[in-house]
Amino acid sequence: MVKPFLRQSPLAHLHLEARRPLGDGLPEAGIHVAERPHRSQIAVRGQATDPAFLQGIEKALGISLPTEACTASGKPGDLQVLWMGPDEWLVVGGPDNAALIISKLTTALVDLQVALVDVSESRTVIELSGKQARVVLDKGCSIDLHPRSFGPGQVVNTLLGRGHVLLHQTDHEPASGSSAYDIYVHRSYAEYLWSWIEDAAREYGLAMRS
Amino acid sequence: MSQINRLAHGGRIDRSKPLHFTFNGQAMRGYAGDTLASALIANGVRLVGRSFKYHRPRGIMAAGAEEANALVQLESGRRTLANQQATRIELYEGLSATSINCWPGPNFDLMAVNSWFHRLMPAGFYYKTFMWPAAAWKYYEHFIRRAAGLGVSPKLPDPDQYDQMNVHCDVLVVGGGAAGLAAALAAGRTGARVILADEQAELGGQLLGEQAEINGKPASHWLAAGESELAGLADVTVLKRTTVFGYYDHNFAGMLETRTAKLPNGGATTRQRLWHVRAKRVVIAAGALERPLIFSDNDRPGVMLAGAVRTYLNRYGVRAGSNAVVFTNNDDAYRTAIALKDAGVKGVCVIDTRLAPHGELPTQALQAGIAVIDNSTITGVTGKRRVQSVEVMTLNADASGVIGPARTFPCDLVATSGGWNPVIHLHSHAGGKATFDEARGLFIAADTLQASACIGAANGEFQLNDCLKDGFRAGRDAAAKAGFKKASRRKLPTAAVVDEAPARIIWALPTTKPIGQRGKHFLDLQHDVTVADVQLAAREGYRSVEHTKRYTTLGMATDQGKTGNIPGMAVLAQALGVANPGDVGTTTFRPPYTPVTLGAFAGRNVGPLADPVRMTPMHHWHELAGCKWEDVGQWKRPWYYPKDGESMADAVNRECLAARNAVALLDASTLGKIDIQGPDAAEFLNRIYTNAWSGLAIGRCRYGLMLKEDGMVFDDGVTTRLGENHFLMTTTTGNAAAVLGWLEEWLQTEWPELKVYCNSVTEAWATLTLCGPNARHLLAEFTDDMDLSADAFPFMSMQEGTVGDIPARVFRISFTGESSFEVNVPASYGLALWTQLFNAGEKYGLTPYGTEAMHVLRAEKGYIIVGQETDGTVIPQDLGMQWILSKKKDFLGRRSFARPDSARGDRKQLVGLLTGDPDMVLEEGAQIVAENRNNPPIPMIGHVTSSYYSANLGRSIALALVSSGRDRVGDTVYIPMPGKVISAEVTTPVFIDPQGERLHG
Amino acid sequence: MLLIPCPYCGEREETEFHHGGEAHIERPQDPDALSDAEWANYIFMRTNPKGLFHERWVHAAGCRRWFNMARNTATNAIIGTYKIGEKPPKGAR
Ligand SMILES: [Zn+2]
Repeated sequence: MVKPFLRQSPLAHLHLEARRPLGDGLPEAGIHVAERPHRSQIAVRGQATDPAFLQGIEKALGISLPTEACTASGKPGDLQVLWMGPDEWLVVGGPDNAALIISKLTTALVDLQVALVDVSESRTVIELSGKQARVVLDKGCSIDLHPRSFGPGQVVNTLLGRGHVLLHQTDHEPASGSSAYDIYVHRSYAEYLWSWIEDAAREYGLAMRS
Repeated sequence: MSQINRLAHGGRIDRSKPLHFTFNGQAMRGYAGDTLASALIANGVRLVGRSFKYHRPRGIMAAGAEEANALVQLESGRRTLANQQATRIELYEGLSATSINCWPGPNFDLMAVNSWFHRLMPAGFYYKTFMWPAAAWKYYEHFIRRAAGLGVSPKLPDPDQYDQMNVHCDVLVVGGGAAGLAAALAAGRTGARVILADEQAELGGQLLGEQAEINGKPASHWLAAGESELAGLADVTVLKRTTVFGYYDHNFAGMLETRTAKLPNGGATTRQRLWHVRAKRVVIAAGALERPLIFSDNDRPGVMLAGAVRTYLNRYGVRAGSNAVVFTNNDDAYRTAIALKDAGVKGVCVIDTRLAPHGELPTQALQAGIAVIDNSTITGVTGKRRVQSVEVMTLNADASGVIGPARTFPCDLVATSGGWNPVIHLHSHAGGKATFDEARGLFIAADTLQASACIGAANGEFQLNDCLKDGFRAGRDAAAKAGFKKASRRKLPTAAVVDEAPARIIWALPTTKPIGQRGKHFLDLQHDVTVADVQLAAREGYRSVEHTKRYTTLGMATDQGKTGNIPGMAVLAQALGVANPGDVGTTTFRPPYTPVTLGAFAGRNVGPLADPVRMTPMHHWHELAGCKWEDVGQWKRPWYYPKDGESMADAVNRECLAARNAVALLDASTLGKIDIQGPDAAEFLNRIYTNAWSGLAIGRCRYGLMLKEDGMVFDDGVTTRLGENHFLMTTTTGNAAAVLGWLEEWLQTEWPELKVYCNSVTEAWATLTLCGPNARHLLAEFTDDMDLSADAFPFMSMQEGTVGDIPARVFRISFTGESSFEVNVPASYGLALWTQLFNAGEKYGLTPYGTEAMHVLRAEKGYIIVGQETDGTVIPQDLGMQWILSKKKDFLGRRSFARPDSARGDRKQLVGLLTGDPDMVLEEGAQIVAENRNNPPIPMIGHVTSSYYSANLGRSIALALVSSGRDRVGDTVYIPMPGKVISAEVTTPVFIDPQGERLHG
Repeated sequence: MLLIPCPYCGEREETEFHHGGEAHIERPQDPDALSDAEWANYIFMRTNPKGLFHERWVHAAGCRRWFNMARNTATNAIIGTYKIGEKPPKGAR
């Protein structure tokens, strides 16, 4: 009936990977963009003060729960846990992994007062990188993203343009000044956010990354 | 026109780069580095516009942001900008500007007739004349608009782009003059993140217009070295052409950067950028503005500020006149006299209000052969479109009048100086106080609420050497307070100290007659407010400077009284008999310091980016199907799907008929969905909803109503029990975020003991609502693991299984009164399933339906829409929903039912209305009366909340809130509309299937 | 525009927050024990002082947490923010 390949991310219809770069005459693109669709995402709620909860997470995922505000644990591209609030985290994994992660968590957190919700479908991820990535974000985001106050491993819920995003810095090269971010955006806002980024990045040159 | 006033050499303009421009249609030339004002003066233009009220001829009077007269309309068509100060427009090739405030032109202005009637236009003129009778306002308004004639707004969309930037810094330095540049260097050297913003095209501030020296060399050397050092500091940002226009709480500043100084715009760059700056420390080095002396007819073209005259000479290489008188109360203006003399201007003399001025500068002037007439004032100016001469007399002992013979000095330029005022506008924006320095007649920044400091001329330091010292100290200090303490051992630059004698402050200079009876002493040149106006206001009882400002409009023009406010305040103090003008106080400065284009505030939030468009997974299918959209919050929802040639009514009727006779499909993905988990989840719902939830079986659904504590309906929706401690709540589309916020508010602030977690899953699911007698047959083709029969899958229950091989939650709930299946699948499969349903659905008559049909269908059943049948003043009882109010528990809002207002017998109640004419569709919002008579007032008893044509019933239907409506069932009520009165019968609000057979079938 | 120190996330721009009115107004344990006037007082009446004010905010675009803030309404100076259930900081009581 409905074939798995018909599964469609919120930006699939834009065929981003097939687009030519923006910014004629610029020697190189200051911004690279890609959609990273279908990541497994599980909202985890629980008490960070409960050692059993912390141990359970570590046991199930092999990485610790980030209890420091606005930080992430794990490795970009691999399993990660993003801090969302004092009792709320987002476990992120590769595509089609949510059921397995939930079952591991359920087993490890049995008898604890927690909530696990599969929200993989709620958001897509736009990966933004390049020398001008930070400046583009500065056009619509009030967080201080200067390397002195924000860096890889930090994650914030905030506003970008006129929409809400979860902004996770994944990389920074001091030598080149290049930074990389994963922008988690609710799927209904994804096309707006893409348009916003395309507009803001135009002056720096924008290229698609596969 | 040739540049008759351009000096052969000197200035910072580039004579190798000539530029062409037009002013009022006349072709002129200037140079790169000119402003429009300097180029106009170079070309001998004296008259640039007319004043606001009296339409008196006016010329350029300043060289910067304080310019009150030289407002122009810049360019025409889409890019036109109104009321631009010629002193702040950088000249560019092809510039075109015209005068404002005059029609047909500045040399012959029909409205100048106003000045003949000036006795009829005193202070408070608008209030006195035009406020009565009220009905006459429409005539007056036309006259005022035409007569006021300020610039013209563009009629077409602005083709240029504006954008915004958010930045954070340790030290924001406002102003790139001597003090500001010094502060930026000192702060930057510590490694702090520094932003230096200056409104001009070049750093240097007042230095650009002076012949000053630093370290024994021309100041330009130090400026260039400083700028180049800043450019080498990685964390220092220098923004030229950038005005810090507003300063707000917690060290937040708004800056406007002009990025394409040269119109028209080129390339991908935005024309202007609005910067939002959050600074740890702010150093305000905004300089000082010169204030004029207030004498009779001080508005004549050719009367200019002395510092501006000097700036035109030194910076732009233009002389503002060929025969000049300098009129001053202080030493500084002697610099202008000397510079004029050096530039070959004839007959330069100085009129000084002081007795025997003896400072260093007057001595130099005398040595240069400049005549000084002391203890004197200008008592009159001849020449309407151009100063021709001034009349000078000696001041009497207390300067209240003049004595002796009048001498006449022929001149075409009067350079006047009443001293300098620190620019404390930004300090004041953010709540800073000011104290009055009586000796110097100026306000100095005092207490501030912000982490900021005013330095240099902005703090009343007028010696260059002091400005440099102050700047370096303030820069170091600000950086240290922001945590950067690295010391620098560099030797600080110095400048020669010039000994200046005190000024003699006389606020309104006398003539041979009482003020107001000979000529006009202008305080506010742009709004034509005179000393006599302020004195009149005082006589009429005005005491507060804030009230006087509004009554006389002093300082309320686009220049915000940068030159006139302080003399005006002092004149008020004198008129009130207050000894110290500081006791009258100053008005509060408000942002913006200089006008900001609305485009910059909008930034890129225009056109498609004006507001996010939220899209469901099936959005693009709807678009291809040619649907019309309805905006619900930020969501786009299909409103209806017209086929070729169909009207809206045709399409909606077809969709409604399909939903009740075949099968129709609605995209309901926008409904809010909240996952609620925890051992106290049922108890939580008991408190939030009006009905009871503990007994709801797993897999069953229940409708709930949410109230605010005042008892008014807030939201409704169906909640399903997924597990013992697990519920899924749905909310209305528009209230999804508000309801989640409401739940969190109560959980976090009032009931932290409840073990419940709420998570939004709105975006995780695509919701496809199949509705109609064929819905079951169609859905059955897509699932083999769910029994869809009415017995196995009753109304208000939920099953999990697969639909089209996709994991799905299917709910048997209905908002149409028809047998319905709400299919929820993971959002990314929504479009695929939707498409597959249509591939298979043709044989069942599958029709997509939109929100309009949904609204009609639910109204046929009398189902309410929160926000349509309710408006924040409606309690459940008004809606006939007593059945949903539990009597066994407390819930939010319950106590308010006993409030006298809730218990009133005549509250509006939900009823149906059937018009006498079945084809007559009432207007939503129409008022309802009980009697059909023609002599108002007729008491209103209610209003129409929903009204449609129902194809299923073959007639119109309406829902209404009517006072004691349920008692009126069977009565006839009336809806008066323009040209007719419509009668309607009051009915119960259910028009179709009152027994619910379709629903359960 | 205020710079608000969220007790969880740190300083953020005011645009990320929603104001929630006066703090420390508890829902009555037994609403029926209140007179109509007392109930109306609970729902509608607020102190609206000039000067020190305790108010609720929610970090709507951030961590979604409610918290309290002590602010001087005349100067907008923030004396401190504190979590729900905690006492106001020193200098804000
Ligand atoms: Zn927070």
